[in-house]
Amino acid sequence: MSADTVIEADGLTKAYGRKVAVDHISFTVGRGEIFGLLGPNGAGKTTTILMLLGLTDISDGKVNVLGFDPAREPLSVKRRVGYLPDEVGFYEQLTAADNLRYTARLIGFTSMDREKRIAEALDRVGLAEFADNRVGTFSRGMRQRLGLAEILMKGAQIAILDEPTSGLDPHATSELLGIIRRFKAEGVSVLLSSHLLERVQSVCDRVALFSAGRIALIGSVSELGREVLGAGYVVDIEADGAGLADRLALIPGVSRVEQTGIGKLRLHAERDVRPEAAAEVVALHGRLKYLGVQEPSLEAIYTHYFENRPDETLKEGARNAA
Amino acid sequence: MRREGSAFNGLGVVMLKELADHLTSIRFVVLELVVMALAVVTVYVAAQDIKNTVAEDPFLFLKFFTTSSGSLPSFLFWLSLFVPVVSIGLAFDSINGEHNRRTLSRILSQPIYRDALLFGKFLGALLTLAVALVVLWLLVIGLGLLFIGIPPGGDEIARAFVFLLVTIVYAGVWLALALLFSILFRSAATAALATLGLWLFFFVIWPVLAGEIAQIVVPPDPRYAALGLQTPGTAILEQVLSRLSPSTLFGEVVVAILDPTTRALGPIYLSQLQGAVLGAPLPLGASVLIAWPQIVGLLATTILLFVIGYVVFQRQEVRA
Repeated sequence: MSADTVIEADGLTKAYGRKVAVDHISFTVGRGEIFGLLGPNGAGKTTTILMLLGLTDISDGKVNVLGFDPAREPLSVKRRVGYLPDEVGFYEQLTAADNLRYTARLIGFTSMDREKRIAEALDRVGLAEFADNRVGTFSRGMRQRLGLAEILMKGAQIAILDEPTSGLDPHATSELLGIIRRFKAEGVSVLLSSHLLERVQSVCDRVALFSAGRIALIGSVSELGREVLGAGYVVDIEADGAGLADRLALIPGVSRVEQTGIGKLRLHAERDVRPEAAAEVVALHGRLKYLGVQEPSLEAIYTHYFENRPDETLKEGARNAA
Repeated sequence: MRREGSAFNGLGVVMLKELADHLTSIRFVVLELVVMALAVVTVYVAAQDIKNTVAEDPFLFLKFFTTSSGSLPSFLFWLSLFVPVVSIGLAFDSINGEHNRRTLSRILSQPIYRDALLFGKFLGALLTLAVALVVLWLLVIGLGLLFIGIPPGGDEIARAFVFLLVTIVYAGVWLALALLFSILFRSAATAALATLGLWLFFFVIWPVLAGEIAQIVVPPDPRYAALGLQTPGTAILEQVLSRLSPSTLFGEVVVAILDPTTRALGPIYLSQLQGAVLGAPLPLGASVLIAWPQIVGLLATTILLFVIGYVVFQRQEVRA
């Protein structure tokens, strides 16, 4: 395990009797990385997470979290890893601060340290003014944020978030994703699972696409896009200048230039050709209004990938139905 | 390979939280108020009775626990209802409640073992009950003093104290059972009904059933019946069977502790009574010795039920 790897799973397997929920998956998560476990419900994401935390037995394979084996040293792992379960629950009759106090006592913080950490954590997720409100009055989004506050209070090196955005409205989602980005800025690694591909695409450095207990694809979203869709880069440009389309077509690596509107062109290329395209516009003394590269959409990747493997998709469908 | 750290990490934290939760819960306050009211009424009525009839009993004070008057059963009877019901009320949703509130996986992702959560919940509930029972106990003794104005003797207080301890042990049995069912059943309502059902079975049905079964297995001998006596074989089997019920065990212990003249629990031959001064009180140690198998039986049942729950809980999946 290299110094920059915080989670390393190798051939991780979980079987319930003859049913295999997680089937020999391997992945690594680096320090300060946001890693997404994506896939439909029942694909084995939560089971994987529980194995990482030592909350369920590992049937086969090896896993290493911050240098500890979760099956043998669960306390060391759990002291350093924060976990936000799917649809996190709190004690409804207690206040937000009291809920955190209970957790802080379980972790074993001293009382001085405890109050400071709680106040700080609540402040950072924007719940400072609700510290003394009972959690029973909280909305879904506030509960999720309280869950993140718990992880912040813990001072975790890894945050494991199971479906953090499910059931949230767009505003609450973007707030939550903002907090998750701040985790990364502080060097906390984030492992998050989701079945909502679009929402989390924007925050993940790398993703693993789960299907029927296996990792079907792993890598950054743009890597996967090229691998699966074979599309390469799509660069949209909006500019004027005579003969711009012809000049752009000559840039090495550009395979096709498409006219998508008045003064709007779309380049299909095998690499990111934005610098060269901009240089061409400037060389023609044209005015550049828009220049952007299209990120491949995870949803497109996912759909495309499984359309080509109808067997697996069918099997997965049967599992979800069951 | 040994697992790291102590299984009792966080035990105290869980226990104190449970204690605080129980003591502030409306559920508990209501039950406690009902029993307080009953305690006052039964002790008052018992006091009237005691004043009129048994003013010369050397163990006058213990009568407060056992005297029933007319239509109103004794304090002991209410207690034997109250202890199981409150125990079950405190513990029937302890584990499945955490599951259903979706707090279980969050709590277990903190650096504690499941042991601490389970044991902490058990101890928290037991401590709550112990507090309630001590209060009740003091209330009865205080009221007794007020109503008849005779201070209890040292032996009486000692017996009353042993009675208190045994009652707490008895509460442990039902707590452990309710805790076990809260692990086995995901729905709190199912767990509550199952535990209450089992209690009713042991409290009401089993004593009758034990007699019936004993008569079927060992049919009564007509020679004994002609003399108006129970057949020894039948009587012994009936007692063995009925002792499978914790309620019976508790009842027998209480008889031995609160009635110092009790010399045996169960049928004995006349020959065994030779030389005994009937009606003479036994010392406390001897009374405890008579009931010792029953006390151990109650303790063992508690431990057994808790261990079964522990094993099941360790292997249970935490995901909702």
